[in-house]
Amino acid sequence: MSVSEVWQLLQDVKDPEIPAISITELGIVRHLEIRDGRLSVELTPTFTSCPAYHVMVAAVERRLRESGFEQLEVKTVLDPPWSSDWITDEGRAKLRAFGIAIGARHEGDIEGSLEGPIACPYCGSTNTEIKNPFGPTRCRSICFCKSCIQPFEWIKPL
Amino acid sequence: MNPQWEELLAEKLQGMVDDELILGHRDSEWTGHAPILEEDIAFANIAQDEMGHAVMWLELLGQLSGRDPDRLVFFRDAGDYRNIQMVELPKGDWAFSMVRQYLFDAWETVHLGALLKSSFQPLRQAAQKIIKEESYHRRHTEAWMRRLGLGTEESHARSQQAVNQLWPYAFQLFESGDRRDRILVEEGIFPDQMGLKENWRGQVIAFFANCGLEIPKSRPEAPIDRREHTEHLAPLLSELQKVARLDPLAAW
Repeated sequence: MSVSEVWQLLQDVKDPEIPAISITELGIVRHLEIRDGRLSVELTPTFTSCPAYHVMVAAVERRLRESGFEQLEVKTVLDPPWSSDWITDEGRAKLRAFGIAIGARHEGDIEGSLEGPIACPYCGSTNTEIKNPFGPTRCRSICFCKSCIQPFEWIKPL
Repeated sequence: MNPQWEELLAEKLQGMVDDELILGHRDSEWTGHAPILEEDIAFANIAQDEMGHAVMWLELLGQLSGRDPDRLVFFRDAGDYRNIQMVELPKGDWAFSMVRQYLFDAWETVHLGALLKSSFQPLRQAAQKIIKEESYHRRHTEAWMRRLGLGTEESHARSQQAVNQLWPYAFQLFESGDRRDRILVEEGIFPDQMGLKENWRGQVIAFFANCGLEIPKSRPEAPIDRREHTEHLAPLLSELQKVARLDPLAAW
């Protein structure tokens, strides 16, 4: 099996808290390498205290063992730290379709990103506000759309 | 790595672990009790972050010292904890918890900023991960300090009272009590705490002034050693460690 086929396999591993998106779309798979029949996978957490991360690591191991990789090393890397900018374009489209807003890539300007505009994932209006920078999971904020009178969640820029 | 560094750095990390862990636990006591629902969620998130940061430092400590992180957290008694007293004080009222969190966040900003330049790569890598998350805490607690300090007469009085009470405790963040720390500073592994203290102090005083709050004249009479604790730590630990100690051999 080639490295690109492994990437494809990992597309099956979803974020348990946002099952619409895979771990590759989330940008947490940092490196894959096959050397002498041994597969090495590097993953990085989104937020350090994300409880879903351990679930994802276990799911990666399971998925790869099922596919015949017996010599397998899955390790966590921290450098460079994860950025919400690493969520792929496909991932962004899937998040929005799932009902979770995500802004344009912040390219380092987190403050600017927090000032909006934030588009409502339901009606597209930018007449919205952040109600709480902290939300139901570490990576999401709680927002409110004043056009369609709906609360919604937004991927926290990191 | 020079074994002398390892031992000294392990002591530093133990302090960092315990500060984050105990503060995270105290913060979590607001879960279900915060003044408004949004804040309940926010402060629970912050508590979870502090726990996450404790885990990160614990893993690094585990690699350095070979000690098992779970044993360190759940089977160490109060006398072996190395957190500062500020984080173990009971949660108090909302102003008290916010002032404490703000003082700690302001410290973490300067401390992590300095660790980004550490010559020890794992420390640098962990710091650059944590500092990104901390910026959300700092923004949040600063908003609360303004709201409380410039809010009503009562919110102002309560926050000023919390500042008066917590200020002397905060200095323990910068005390080392160990002359050997110079080795870590000279090797570029760990920042010089005195330099950080002035930076932190300047930032906090200027920010408090914008919130209508003043720094009290009181200072700690003598440096407090990290081995010394108030009577509040043991009951906290008995709750934190209760389940693990019920069945020390249980597999999780």
